[in-house]
Amino acid sequence: MIEAADRKIIVNDVTLRDGMHALRHQYTVDQMVTIARKLDEAKVDLIEVSHGDGLNGNSFNYGFSAHTEPEYLTAVRAVLTHSRLAALLLPGIGTIEDLEMARELGVDTIRIATHCTEADISRQHIEAGRRLGMDVVGFLMMAHMIPTAQLVAQARLMESYGAHCVYVTDSAGALLMHETRERIGAFKEALGCQVGFHNHNNLSLGVANTIVAIEAGADRVDASLAGMGAGAGNCPLEALIAVCDRMGLRTDVALYPLMDAADQLVRPIQRRPVQTDGNALMLGFAGIYSSFLLHTERAAELHGVDPRDILMELGRRKMIGGQEDMIVDVALDLKKNGATA
Amino acid sequence: MGERTKVAIIGSGNIGTDLMLKVLTSSPSLDMGVMVGIDPDSDGLRRAAQLGVATTSDGLAGLLAHPLWPEIGVVFDATSASAHLVHAAVLAEHPTVRVVDLTPAAVGPYVVPVANLAAHRGARNVNMVTCGGQATIPIVWAVSQVAEVYYAEIVASISSRSAGPGTRANIDEFTVTTARGLEVVGGASRGKAIIVLNPAEPPLIMRDTVYTLCDLAADPAAVTASIERVVAEVAEYVPGYRLVQAPVFERFEEAVRIPGYGAFAGLKATTFLEVEGAGHYLPRYAGNLDIMTSAGLRMGELLAAARLEEVRS
Repeated sequence: MIEAADRKIIVNDVTLRDGMHALRHQYTVDQMVTIARKLDEAKVDLIEVSHGDGLNGNSFNYGFSAHTEPEYLTAVRAVLTHSRLAALLLPGIGTIEDLEMARELGVDTIRIATHCTEADISRQHIEAGRRLGMDVVGFLMMAHMIPTAQLVAQARLMESYGAHCVYVTDSAGALLMHETRERIGAFKEALGCQVGFHNHNNLSLGVANTIVAIEAGADRVDASLAGMGAGAGNCPLEALIAVCDRMGLRTDVALYPLMDAADQLVRPIQRRPVQTDGNALMLGFAGIYSSFLLHTERAAELHGVDPRDILMELGRRKMIGGQEDMIVDVALDLKKNGATA
Repeated sequence: MGERTKVAIIGSGNIGTDLMLKVLTSSPSLDMGVMVGIDPDSDGLRRAAQLGVATTSDGLAGLLAHPLWPEIGVVFDATSASAHLVHAAVLAEHPTVRVVDLTPAAVGPYVVPVANLAAHRGARNVNMVTCGGQATIPIVWAVSQVAEVYYAEIVASISSRSAGPGTRANIDEFTVTTARGLEVVGGASRGKAIIVLNPAEPPLIMRDTVYTLCDLAADPAAVTASIERVVAEVAEYVPGYRLVQAPVFERFEEAVRIPGYGAFAGLKATTFLEVEGAGHYLPRYAGNLDIMTSAGLRMGELLAAARLEEVRS
């Protein structure tokens, strides 16, 4: 596992994984490599590279990436001198075979993500990661959906399987600040392993909530350049580092290379601005999985319905991460019922 | 006709117990012999005893030692893939017994009613793929009857409550086995399977979405007709199996690029399914249970009939 010396915050960049959502998984290998070089230069601890929906996420349901995962992972691995390489895996989508492939290509950290109530489906993958000698993270998604005590019980399961760190993952960017503080604080109290925090900027709380998490004891935090990620994006990395510097929170990450990378490498390739606009705000407001955003906008356009109606209905039906197929189903139902935009 | 076959069910979890209730209430040719578990306190064994079914909590060894064993013609295995590998080897030494494997072990050939049940009626051990496979392979098979299917992908969403500990501990077996079933039985050149467990309360009914990419020259009307025909056939043994939307088509004149596989111009069809259960053991949301046990029961009846013919001749 990765040690956190002297309360240094471990910074995990997700530009090349969560950011895949914002680009419909269409990064070129060159773009990934160029961005990874700058992150490595800035001494970010971990750089995550995967399909947005984790290893083996290529599908009609989530979108096909421009290149294969081995192509991306191999190219990024080759340019890293400081940062460690991470990958995401969602049981039910990716398998241990994918995990072994990632390990062989030089991935150091595997992050196993489940819906916040389903930690027990991560056991075989967490154990496999440990068997392969990897740094292993458990990732409890949509953490706003259940009370803190239940979330803690699920985190304990992941720790018992061998996770070195368990994350409060605010996939919908729906957690308020006191809710973040409560969850991270409870994890710190209940777990012996490290605690992490991942969020989305849907309520414009990206940096603020991440700082709250750090204050409550989070050992690892996720962020991405220019917030490049699903929905309104993630906590913007360069802003987070600037705030940490001002507050005297130790990250050992250099600010200028990140600013350069955000402005010169990431913003120019965004196809749809990654920002807290109306539809993205709806995700945080209604508690919807952030990567539903682009799929919803496409379905709304194709079937002539209001994207906000689709998002509200997905929330009403209690759809969770991975159920992108239900977006078109909802759009067709709304169309049938005459709710046109 | 008229001769009935006694069966044993190994595994007293959700699937085994639901199957037992179906054998007891709705099989024209099978009778319950022994319900086999390993936990004397399991709900399944308790239910069996209440219903007057012989039980053992000593696993397969308990079944082999049971006075009813010589009368058993068909064994259903509803344990786990790893357990079935052991059971299959032991049962193979008893040539008069036919085995229906409801785990993803895949020792025997994959079978799915509608597509290929009859082809394996003489087999000694058959595999029922997975619940998601039973729900979605018929659709892929339907499309492959009218056009070449380059790629098939399914998303199965089941209620968290209907996924037992066996399923949860081995979620990879679901994705891998279902994907292979889409290819081997469904007829797709490449298959992919995704499963989502949704914890919503009240529990959601099983949903399955099937994406197929087939020959661009295929006629959407013919594809739809084939899908509707197959849905009606599946609904004969799982009445709660239905299309939620008419199949949705999208033409890709420019090739769809599937990383690591290839680029295909083609016709994409999306089929939205719902599988409502009969509510035998778990409530109606657990259509995943129902489609598995109903298909397994059909296969067991077929194997039993073939076995009787063999014994007579």
